[in-house]
Amino acid sequence: MGPITGLLAQRIALGLLLLFLVSILIFVGTMLLPGDVAQQILGQSATPEAVANLRAELGLNDPPLTRYLEWLGGLLSGDLGTALTSGQSINETVGRRLGNTLFLAFWAAIIAVPLAIFLGLLAVRYLDRWPDKMISATTLTTISMPEFVIGYILMFILGVQLNWFSPTAVGFRPDADLLTRLDSIAIPIMVLTLVVLAHMMRMTRAAILNVMQSAYIETAELKGLSTFTIIRKHAFPNSVSPIVNVVMLNLAYLVVGVVVVEVVFVYPGMGQYLVDHVTKRDLPVVQACGMIFATIYIGLNLVADVVSILTNPRLRHPK
Amino acid sequence: MNERIDYYAKRAALGLISRREFVGQALALGVSASAANAILASAVHAAGPQTGGTIRIGLQGGATTDSLDPATAANFTATQVTLLWGEPLLFLSDGGGLEGRVAESFEGSDDATSWRFKLRNGITFSNGQPVTTNDVVETIKRHSGEDTKSGALGLLRDIDTVTADGDSIVIGLKNPNADLPYYMQDYHLIIQPNGGNDDPTAAIGTGPYILKDHEMGVRFVFEKNPNYWGDYGYADTIEVIVINDNTARVAALQSGQVDLIDRVPPRTAGLIDRAPNITVHSVPSAGHYVFIMHCDTAPFDNNDLRLALKYGINRQEMVDKILFGYGQVGNDTPINGSYPLYTEFEQREYDPDKARFHYKKSGHDGSILLRTSGNSFTGAPDAAALFQQSLANADISLEIKREPDDGYWSEVWNKQPFCTSYWGGRPVQDQMFSTAYLSTADWNDTRFFNDQFDQLLTAARAEIDTAKRKKIYADMGMILRNEGGLICPMFNDFIDAQSERLAGWEYQSIGFALMNNTAPMRMWVKA
Repeated sequence: MGPITGLLAQRIALGLLLLFLVSILIFVGTMLLPGDVAQQILGQSATPEAVANLRAELGLNDPPLTRYLEWLGGLLSGDLGTALTSGQSINETVGRRLGNTLFLAFWAAIIAVPLAIFLGLLAVRYLDRWPDKMISATTLTTISMPEFVIGYILMFILGVQLNWFSPTAVGFRPDADLLTRLDSIAIPIMVLTLVVLAHMMRMTRAAILNVMQSAYIETAELKGLSTFTIIRKHAFPNSVSPIVNVVMLNLAYLVVGVVVVEVVFVYPGMGQYLVDHVTKRDLPVVQACGMIFATIYIGLNLVADVVSILTNPRLRHPK
Repeated sequence: MNERIDYYAKRAALGLISRREFVGQALALGVSASAANAILASAVHAAGPQTGGTIRIGLQGGATTDSLDPATAANFTATQVTLLWGEPLLFLSDGGGLEGRVAESFEGSDDATSWRFKLRNGITFSNGQPVTTNDVVETIKRHSGEDTKSGALGLLRDIDTVTADGDSIVIGLKNPNADLPYYMQDYHLIIQPNGGNDDPTAAIGTGPYILKDHEMGVRFVFEKNPNYWGDYGYADTIEVIVINDNTARVAALQSGQVDLIDRVPPRTAGLIDRAPNITVHSVPSAGHYVFIMHCDTAPFDNNDLRLALKYGINRQEMVDKILFGYGQVGNDTPINGSYPLYTEFEQREYDPDKARFHYKKSGHDGSILLRTSGNSFTGAPDAAALFQQSLANADISLEIKREPDDGYWSEVWNKQPFCTSYWGGRPVQDQMFSTAYLSTADWNDTRFFNDQFDQLLTAARAEIDTAKRKKIYADMGMILRNEGGLICPMFNDFIDAQSERLAGWEYQSIGFALMNNTAPMRMWVKA
């Protein structure tokens, strides 16, 4: 297991280094945003005195380096700090919000990932025939539309007109029973599924097609195996690595990229939370969210790397 | 026939038949649909308010970043939430005057430099603690003190002393101000125990409801305040849900997830009103969509150029195409019929010839740069394009620069010489003028420095005689209209919508959304 442990350790170290760089980037990036927290909190009705008082109270007059080091220290000890605007602990709020976002992402993934892979397999099975073309056309159409457009269309048809599901997630309560919660997020799940489906499906299809050119597939065909058995037993296991990569990328998207969907459907997740705080220039929260998103993104990519290492026989059985 | 209509109206008011059925019956009896709705509304009132149930309200504006401290309330959700648990000394009445809340009555000295507010006898906070004069004095001190971050500070700057006197408090002013009582209905100035000095975010006040549960920017749950002194508050529970997305807010109302929403987009208001179980309320307001020029910055320091631009705007077209008819034409002053001492002027019309004349006279050459953004007001970039077209007819070239929404209020508004903007309006002229047009105003966003105007404003404050004050305000309005840097093409209506589940809507003569925030406590769930 020597080379694998080494590779894993290397990956994790790289991930941590990347996170550190991201922390600098986030800190500097948020400093560059135009406007000032105190001004944004008080809005159009701010008097210069009120702004000055609030600035002093929020500690905005300290030099940036001091604030960065304090922030980094807090991060390392697991303390994300306090929101400037509401004075609440970020850990507490983010915990709840992240839970909601992960709940939505989880259910979207449960549906989208198997569906995408199945459709990919189906497309290969009926390569260049109508099911393949139809699957490609449909998924490419849905990925080409902005998600808020799909959101509005489904909200109008399934929510308002047919009344099958709640049009918005305003009824969502983290402590409600599962069925109520699923009803609240049914349409957001569909939107997310439609958005991530095409990428994973196309990648599965391409990866398997690539393997299908190999000599051993030809042998399997000559043995008289059915196309689907060949795909399932010979082609799919050998194309796991690229598929896992794209699945992880899309899982990360489900967590990180749902901002628009959360805002449109009024879902109390990380997206809305982040947007509100960007508007108000509440830097500690923006930075905390940035770090969490970066961690999830880097983490999932790390998992993808590890899986492709582990599924590669050459790495599992070194000479 | 009348008896039959009354019969159906009563049944509809009691919820035995739907509004749609009632209107159908009335139409069959030869009554027009609008008359039928009016009959129904009065029947519903005659049936009287019913207690109990839950009212769910979908509002825009709320954010996760909000605080429960009334001093920093700066959006519509925060205002509404604050006014459910707390009350200022006074409220705006439906007719545009003032009515007592924590204060029972008020009177000013003859020179308007001292105001006495008599507190309501025997009322308590929601925690059972009695309201004392000290609580009121401390509240006003907290919002007007040196180190305050209150949004009401601008209003309270002239306050010299605040003292308790028996069952009253007395506010002494540095300069006379006949409108001071109107300042006391500001939603920041919620009376809190010990002025909120101990815990400004405790949400303990004298309002009809108690905040039971909340998540900032998401939802707020209220239950009836058993210690409430007044007769507002019919529903047992009020749920305020933040829905910032326009489409989602309307969809939530249409599907019955909420009963009442604010800010219906004008573009779709007509369509939504046609839905059978929804009523749209459009109330004229003092809010206005504006183009503002800095009077001290070239080329806008030339009054002929300002006049050229004022004549070059087609106000009616803006009301029709930007507000979709849900608004009134402006006349280049920030004042309209919503204000108690309003005087109507001759309407300035779109006149390309006059615009061309003044433009030539100004001697300016080349195009004029206008900055705009999608959030400066709804449809601002479209309005800028319409302005560009109407000016082109007068051979004036307008260049439009689209700025990002993010940071517009801190980087463009009140900084750049010509941009689109929005004003929410104020309850009285003095407040509007002193907020934005006085030479020393913090947000003199047109850089308007006019000695005569300033003197008139000071004179009006000391004038107790209403007729004379009205005349002074008319003169000031005329100065602004002819010399100011404000191009005001339109006043927007506030458009709210309710479902059939609720009753009790009352029209206001001064419009702010949701019956000046009293809709949740004055409407009821139909049995």
